[in-house]
Amino acid sequence: RRACVRKFSKPMYGINLTMNQTNHSLIPPPAKYGGRHTVTLIPGDGIGPELLNHVKELFRFSCVPVDFEVVNVSSATEDDINNAITAIRRNGVALKGNIETLHTLPASHKSRNNLLRTSLDLYANVMHCKSLPGVQTRHNNIDIMIIRENTEGEYSSLEHESVSGVVECLKIITRTNSLRIAEYAFKLAREKGRKRVTAVHKANIMKLGDGLFLQCCREVAAGYPDIAFDAMIVDNTTMQRYTMSKPQQFDVMVMPNLYGNVVSNVCAGLVGGPGLVPGANYGRDYAVFETATRNTGKSIADRNIANPTAMLLASCMMLDHLKLHDYATMIRNAVLTTMNETQLHTADIGGQGTTSEVVQAIMRNIQSKGPLTSEL
Amino acid sequence: IFNLSPSLEFVLIFQPAGVRVLYSLLWFCVFQPPPARYGGRHTVTLIPGDGIGPELLSHVRELFRFCCVPVDFEVVNVDSTMTSEDDINDAITAIRRNGVALKGNIETNHNLPPSFISRNNLLRTSLDLYANVMHCQSLPGVRTRHRNIDIIIIRENTEGEYSSLEHESVSGVVECLKIITRTNSLRIADYAFRLARERGRRRVTAVHKANIMSLGDGLFLQCCKEVAAGYQDIAFDAMIVDNTTMQLVSKPQQFDVMVMPNLYGNVVSNVCAGLVGGPGLVPGANYGTDYAVFECGTRNTGKSIADGNIANPTAMLLASCLLLDHLRLHAYATMIRRAVIATVTETRLHTADLGGQGSTSDVVQSIMKEIQSTGPLTQNI
Repeated sequence: RRACVRKFSKPMYGINLTMNQTNHSLIPPPAKYGGRHTVTLIPGDGIGPELLNHVKELFRFSCVPVDFEVVNVSSATEDDINNAITAIRRNGVALKGNIETLHTLPASHKSRNNLLRTSLDLYANVMHCKSLPGVQTRHNNIDIMIIRENTEGEYSSLEHESVSGVVECLKIITRTNSLRIAEYAFKLAREKGRKRVTAVHKANIMKLGDGLFLQCCREVAAGYPDIAFDAMIVDNTTMQRYTMSKPQQFDVMVMPNLYGNVVSNVCAGLVGGPGLVPGANYGRDYAVFETATRNTGKSIADRNIANPTAMLLASCMMLDHLKLHDYATMIRNAVLTTMNETQLHTADIGGQGTTSEVVQAIMRNIQSKGPLTSEL
Repeated sequence: IFNLSPSLEFVLIFQPAGVRVLYSLLWFCVFQPPPARYGGRHTVTLIPGDGIGPELLSHVRELFRFCCVPVDFEVVNVDSTMTSEDDINDAITAIRRNGVALKGNIETNHNLPPSFISRNNLLRTSLDLYANVMHCQSLPGVRTRHRNIDIIIIRENTEGEYSSLEHESVSGVVECLKIITRTNSLRIADYAFRLARERGRRRVTAVHKANIMSLGDGLFLQCCKEVAAGYQDIAFDAMIVDNTTMQLVSKPQQFDVMVMPNLYGNVVSNVCAGLVGGPGLVPGANYGTDYAVFECGTRNTGKSIADGNIANPTAMLLASCLLLDHLRLHAYATMIRRAVIATVTETRLHTADLGGQGSTSDVVQSIMKEIQSTGPLTQNI
């Protein structure tokens, strides 16, 4: 085990890409038993199972020292999701597909994904939207980090119908959580050498709620004088993307839950679609990785046309989290090479390739670059 | 009364002695009562607002005077710095009296206490202007990343997240109430389908987040489905707001008419405004059962560009055309709209927000010249 690690100690690959090293001093180093990590795998619905199979296949091919504990969650009872949560508590890390939320079920049935996030207190959802050179989009040079509060806000699932025909949905904003997410945002900005943090809000209408969020961000910003801080109303933010003034003006953005949902989807659309961007949910003790836009992809399930890039990049983020940086860089380089140079694209970005072709190409790329497998 | 697309042709006959105008087109009169006319002239409340509002509205008045539009403006100033509600109440009374208004956006100061409700919001809820209609169309001369966009966004304007009901029951924990009611959801859905039918649109998409807010947005969605059942000729589908915004930035041509609650409406309408060229191009209309208020679609105050003669007057001028259509002065509306579109097509005259060098007054002068060159009325003078 030690010999393998030492072999990869210096960067030896031609493509110079920044590694997604997130040094979270708050999260304890992950446990390793016999040199191998155990990661909970939740296949979910739609395209989740097939993409995660590809991840497993790729990991096995690359000899990544990760074992997957598969926990299936069906949308019916609460036992399944509780088992999944227990497994994640045990392992500390998870990789998941999106679990479908049926609208027809009664309101007491909470979204499984939401339940997972709140139970594990995964308070920060981080999404890094970066324009990929090989993908043709209408905007270039986008490099935005979106940090979204993941547990409260509009997603509190507290609704009631006090009078018949009148529904009240509660949006909760708390000082502790707002301070926490702002602190996370600024710390991440500092670690990644970012210059500016923009808070997105709607405080002209929701004065108390978003006003509190904004105030917390300002308080935290005062402790980081090297990073510029500004605030922008959410409607102006979504519009700025598209006018002649460029989306390039945004650097790091921090926001409550619902705006985060919308803004992250807008950014994902800007860089090329839901198949390209990975997302990470960080808590103090746990981390769960998934595709950023959390799509189930029911309509394209089991047809071998889904784009595996987002899920594979999410697995690379997971490897970085487990401090297996060399494996992470190796797989990430291969994925990006396939995307940018080989130009093997799936249908969602205008190509003809199938999922398995893309994964095969990635494996071939790893094989050609990696000393480990070429020595066999 | 809904605005017409500029491509509709009509025959205009003027009697030199008076202002009798004959139309050769049939207007659809729905549920708005005909506006009051005294001596053949309409009175419209004008609320200058803050930022670029005053200068753009003075351009509107200038243009109306130039075109001899039979509209008188009753100007009501609303001071956004004062906390008393007298100003806005005066404005609301004036609108109740006149039935129609044209307004700039009134600034909401974040530093005032939470009991201070946004003046724009107060106006909308007091007058029960329940439908905000924004028609986003790609304009020929404006260079954007997407072409052929033609989306009508109908946004519930009075409830939802904008109920201004917030409280801090425990220190450090704020609860904001988002209200969705059955009556208002049915009302806005009905408005949307009726508008779609009148404009000959094929599809209405409801935008929601019912997977998370299952009771609230679930009720909205259910109301939309019920109303859709009564309009068999129009297709209805629903889409979650995050998917909608992502589809909008990649393939906006797939959308036709969209109906949604208040906050999603805010975001989606701003995304669409950005898609067709920015906040300076899209007008917005707020319709209620008895009143109508017209403004820029994206409701920007534009403080940073105020008084710099660089604001884009197109949105406000197109909003005034919507106003004229509402007052059944369709000839004037089409005349001004045609001139505005012709000027926007002229790239040389684009203002800074469209990437050009033109000033506001240049654009307005050009519109006036355009009207003069095509309009029979001023040529006879």
